[in-house]
Amino acid sequence: MKKWNLIIDIAKCHNSNNCFLSVADEYIGNDHKGYSASMPLHGHHWFNIHRKERGQAPMVDLNYLSTTCNHCDDAPCIKAAKNEAVIKREDGIVIIDPEKSKGQKQIVDACPYDSVWWNEEKNIPQAWTFDAHLLDSGWSEPRCASTCPTGAIKAVKIEDSEMTQKVIDEELQVLQPKLKTKPRVYYKNLDLITKCFIGGTTVTTDNGVEECAVNASVLLYKDGEKISETNSDDFGDFKFDGLEPDSGNYELEILYQNNDAQKKSVNLKDSEYLGLINV
Amino acid sequence: MKLSIILFFLPWMLRIQSLMHKKFRERLKEKNLIVQMKVTDDSVGRFYIFQNGKIISKSGIHSDPDVCIMFKTEKIGFDLLMPPVNYQTRIDAIKNFNLMMEGPDELTSWFSETVMMSQTNHWKYGTPVENGEIRYVNNTNGGPVYVYVKNGKIIRMTPINFSDDDGETWTVKARGKEFSPPRKTTISPHGLASKSLVYSKDRNLYPMKRVDFDPNGDRNQQNRGISGYERISWDEALDIVESEIKRMNRSYGPGAILAARSSHHTWGNVGYYISAYQKFTNIIGATTTMLNPDSWEGWYWGAMHHYGHSMRNGAAEIYGQVEDCLQEAEMIVFWSSDPEVTNGVYGSFEGTVRRQWAKELGIEMIHIDPFFNETAAFLGGKWIAPRPTTSPALAQAITHVWIKEELYDSEYVERCTTGFKKWAAYILGEDEEGIERTPEWAEEETGVPSREIRALARKWAAKKTYLSAGGMGTTLGGACRSATGAQWARSMICLMAMQGLGKPGINFGGLQFGSPIDYNFYFPGYAEGGFSGDSMNSASGVSLYQRMPHLLSMNPTQQTIPRLKMPEAIMEGEAEGYPIDIRSIEGQFFPVKYPSPGHSSVKMMYKYGSSYIGTQPDSNRYIKMYQTDDLEFVVNQSIWNEGEVKFADVILPACTNFERSDIGEWANPGGYGYDWVGQLNHRVIGIQHKCIEPLGESKSDYQIFHDICARLGHSAYFTEGHREIDWVKRLFDASDLPSGISWKKFCKKGYYVVPAEKEKSRPPVSYKWFADGKKKNVPEPQPLPGSYGENFLDGLQTQSGKIEFESQSLKRYGKDPERPPLNIYIPSWEGTHTSDLYKKYPLQLVSPHSRYSFHTKGDGKDSSVNDIKDHRINIDGYAYWIVRISTQDAEVRNVKDNDLVKLFNDRGAVICAAQLTERLSPGIIHCRQASAVYEPIGKPGESADRGGCINLLTPKRTQSLKTHSAAYNSCLIEIEKWDGKGIFNTNTAKKETMSTK
Repeated sequence: MKKWNLIIDIAKCHNSNNCFLSVADEYIGNDHKGYSASMPLHGHHWFNIHRKERGQAPMVDLNYLSTTCNHCDDAPCIKAAKNEAVIKREDGIVIIDPEKSKGQKQIVDACPYDSVWWNEEKNIPQAWTFDAHLLDSGWSEPRCASTCPTGAIKAVKIEDSEMTQKVIDEELQVLQPKLKTKPRVYYKNLDLITKCFIGGTTVTTDNGVEECAVNASVLLYKDGEKISETNSDDFGDFKFDGLEPDSGNYELEILYQNNDAQKKSVNLKDSEYLGLINV
Repeated sequence: MKLSIILFFLPWMLRIQSLMHKKFRERLKEKNLIVQMKVTDDSVGRFYIFQNGKIISKSGIHSDPDVCIMFKTEKIGFDLLMPPVNYQTRIDAIKNFNLMMEGPDELTSWFSETVMMSQTNHWKYGTPVENGEIRYVNNTNGGPVYVYVKNGKIIRMTPINFSDDDGETWTVKARGKEFSPPRKTTISPHGLASKSLVYSKDRNLYPMKRVDFDPNGDRNQQNRGISGYERISWDEALDIVESEIKRMNRSYGPGAILAARSSHHTWGNVGYYISAYQKFTNIIGATTTMLNPDSWEGWYWGAMHHYGHSMRNGAAEIYGQVEDCLQEAEMIVFWSSDPEVTNGVYGSFEGTVRRQWAKELGIEMIHIDPFFNETAAFLGGKWIAPRPTTSPALAQAITHVWIKEELYDSEYVERCTTGFKKWAAYILGEDEEGIERTPEWAEEETGVPSREIRALARKWAAKKTYLSAGGMGTTLGGACRSATGAQWARSMICLMAMQGLGKPGINFGGLQFGSPIDYNFYFPGYAEGGFSGDSMNSASGVSLYQRMPHLLSMNPTQQTIPRLKMPEAIMEGEAEGYPIDIRSIEGQFFPVKYPSPGHSSVKMMYKYGSSYIGTQPDSNRYIKMYQTDDLEFVVNQSIWNEGEVKFADVILPACTNFERSDIGEWANPGGYGYDWVGQLNHRVIGIQHKCIEPLGESKSDYQIFHDICARLGHSAYFTEGHREIDWVKRLFDASDLPSGISWKKFCKKGYYVVPAEKEKSRPPVSYKWFADGKKKNVPEPQPLPGSYGENFLDGLQTQSGKIEFESQSLKRYGKDPERPPLNIYIPSWEGTHTSDLYKKYPLQLVSPHSRYSFHTKGDGKDSSVNDIKDHRINIDGYAYWIVRISTQDAEVRNVKDNDLVKLFNDRGAVICAAQLTERLSPGIIHCRQASAVYEPIGKPGESADRGGCINLLTPKRTQSLKTHSAAYNSCLIEIEKWDGKGIFNTNTAKKETMSTK
């Protein structure tokens, strides 16, 4: 049985908000009988985009995490619902029945991803339905995927075994795997949100003129063990990415030409730009 | 065949249509009238009595017909009536008085349009799809859309996925890979939010009148923006507009009516302002609004003086750069360039996939911008952050390194440029000023470390580099919209001149323009004027006028007001500006003075739309302008009730493009936007179906102008007997579309994809001809033949035909001390050098174009765009505009994320929601411009605005005094936490410290 999955590539998301707007366009003012009641004009973010800045000027990066209903295979909302108000379809899609779910606010509270929204006026919980009504009418993909300008969102309908392999091949992750809800929304390059970096700029002095120290060799040590190395670029910039936040002390060793090695220590809390390092 | 036989059959044709089509049957019941058709000398004639839907036809001459149509001779009558209609013959007959029509406008236009309708009853629009929905097609400023409609209501709008029978897609081969864009259209957020704009609660649905406006008594101009409105009927509204137009002309004479508009419109060649509005304003004879080249500025006033291209407003050639960049370039420098936000112009996200390919190919990226912008975040690469307005100094220091270290193409400079020696002397400090423009000098000015400047200069010279200067490659970019805007754009030309512009991999562009599409397939851009026939103020004469014979129009009132000085013109009675005259480099030197000799000053304003407060600098001025007694009457024709609509005496409700018929090509303006379709991966030309009926009592602009013209006896001249759909068909026939798709299929399917250009016939790369010393060979009909100094197609438009480091045109002009022939550095007249003011207002504000709205389009109006978390922030139920503040600046002001803050200077105050960021250096504030919402918390014009109109703070001074150019990004402000009051009173503010010239 082929089932739907959504894959979101963080490295490709540039916050166009076309996923959010597609959902607003599809659901505001439209009741899709049996699938969803209309979404409120304001306040709901069935695709909810979180901005993540890392580092400090001038070494910063910026990424976006778009969260939505994970269509979990072991969905807490299904367990929390009474009279089968939330169902799991054979194609993997989770649907909150707009009639049966009336008054069941606990469905909102049950979602650990904050992806179910409470419709105050209609007195119902709501979430993104994977555009199931469109897929059932023969559409080949949900609207968030077809309007995404960068190809960051892809919807695939495949066997679970294929998906398992894809997760390995493409290094996909899910949000909060420890919860074991088995989400069907996967992320590529999620480290850009969850991990952090140490960066710096190597400079040198040439006849009294400050210059970028190009191609300096920078080594990263943790607990006395070398865990990574890189070279500074044409501007003297270097960066070690993919480090755990709050992961304690690191030592850096910087070698430039035949000069004495420079050393730096960092107690890493979050992404940190060390500034200029005279080598 | 004789005329009498055709006249005999005419009613039969109408009767048959009436039998077949219910709508037409209803139409015939609308009026009772007698129509006479005859030869002028009464030799042949037949009249038709329309009564209760029936037509009685009688041979002969009626003694008192309501409508009389006369042909000079029987042959002329026969030729004109024998189908198919030959419009050239018809227009000639009208112009030569061989075809005449008499009768009241109401009946003549009813009859002509009924006859037109009889030809079109069988046209079928749209494609039925699942669930009982009909899928229509329309177009927006941000891309074409499918519009799904059910029971007269829009269900959704989506981009268009192409089918197999649509025109094929191109492929680019580069470095062993093949790239081909997805077979679908992309769409900008403001386009995707269109449904929410159609059904906005802020639509003007009925004609309205300000409650304390009495056209026959007290007008209470001082209450504009304060007092409320009452609903009136269309008849009442048009009575007022008609009588005011007549009163103006009789009481004051030509010039008293000002037609004021903005830079863009809803999409479509028939309804665009250069079409319907321009024909209407030509008909009533109005003072016009002279636009500044608003997103071009520095390119128009500066860059063109070094390399020409006046007919592109100073932008560069735009051909072949996608292939050349992907195949040859090693680096792209984005300088004040954020194409992922500005999307070229109307270009949706078409360039995005191409920039992703460049990243995939390992082409390095540099981003020079005071703000770590979205393109930088998306593509990665080094971010270099000069202080606002100081980019020309950075360019000079790069030049210094290149000269000192001999890192430039001296052979090219020798062969293809002039004036380099003088330029080099200036850079090296060997001139009178004697300042060497070293990286250290520039570090002090720009804040960019000297070592980075050196590293950038060396890297640039070592690699084949594309320069994306501004969001389009050339043009746009906040740096061209500041006091040093012209200097910056000029310096971009000078830099590329040193690296061999036009050599493989060395060119302008950020993959936004120059895709390998078919540029020869003709479809008119909107600037070709639609049906206006305005040969003076549109590009109609280039192609469209010949292809679609229609009537000419011209404005008899030779008075214009520079838009940036409209408040001064109205309130002080005088203003001066400089024009957008693209025929030559020198067109911009002619001062335009208001008032024109012998013309009345402006007493009435016919305002089209509502964006001035959000988009014009120092915009409290416009509010005061509206409240002056000198402006006796203001009518605003607008879709939404927002911004300055609330300052009108009468509001005429216009409908959106989804509620009227039109036709248009995605991203094709024509005019100075010649071949901008090169932004696209596929050319898509669409009918713009009337998807739903106009909401409330709103009407299309065409219909509103038609109705006013009917009251003035001008409706036949305005419409030529056509409805909007008839003009749509005329434009279809005037284009190359019939060679690719039948009208029937076009009406149903709604769009046509122009097949890609074959690989071998793609246009050559821009400036390659120039670098190779050959004749110009890119497919643009510019400059004018008379601008080549010697042989046709030899060289650039400059006096020398070369890139001029010392501009000869500015030297000949010689009257602008702020634009000397050599592009010397003159610091901004508002900024870190204006020390007293800088002490008082220590923050430099940059206010680039908004991302999710297209200027004011899409913002406010209760649309879905307002819920985008990076557009507005909802605090206590109000969606506030966002200001971005560095963490350091926020900390010293005790400002936290999502705090409400007041941005202010002597010009005004704006309440925004703070977003703390590391994307800015301390001292620099980022706040996008073009809020559609103006909501003063006290008296309009004298209190803080919580709508987010940041342009209340920006300076009105033009970049140089001898230009008509805005300088939004030369702006000093202070920020404090909002105390809930923040009344701003310009009467008590010390104004003398701010630049007021």
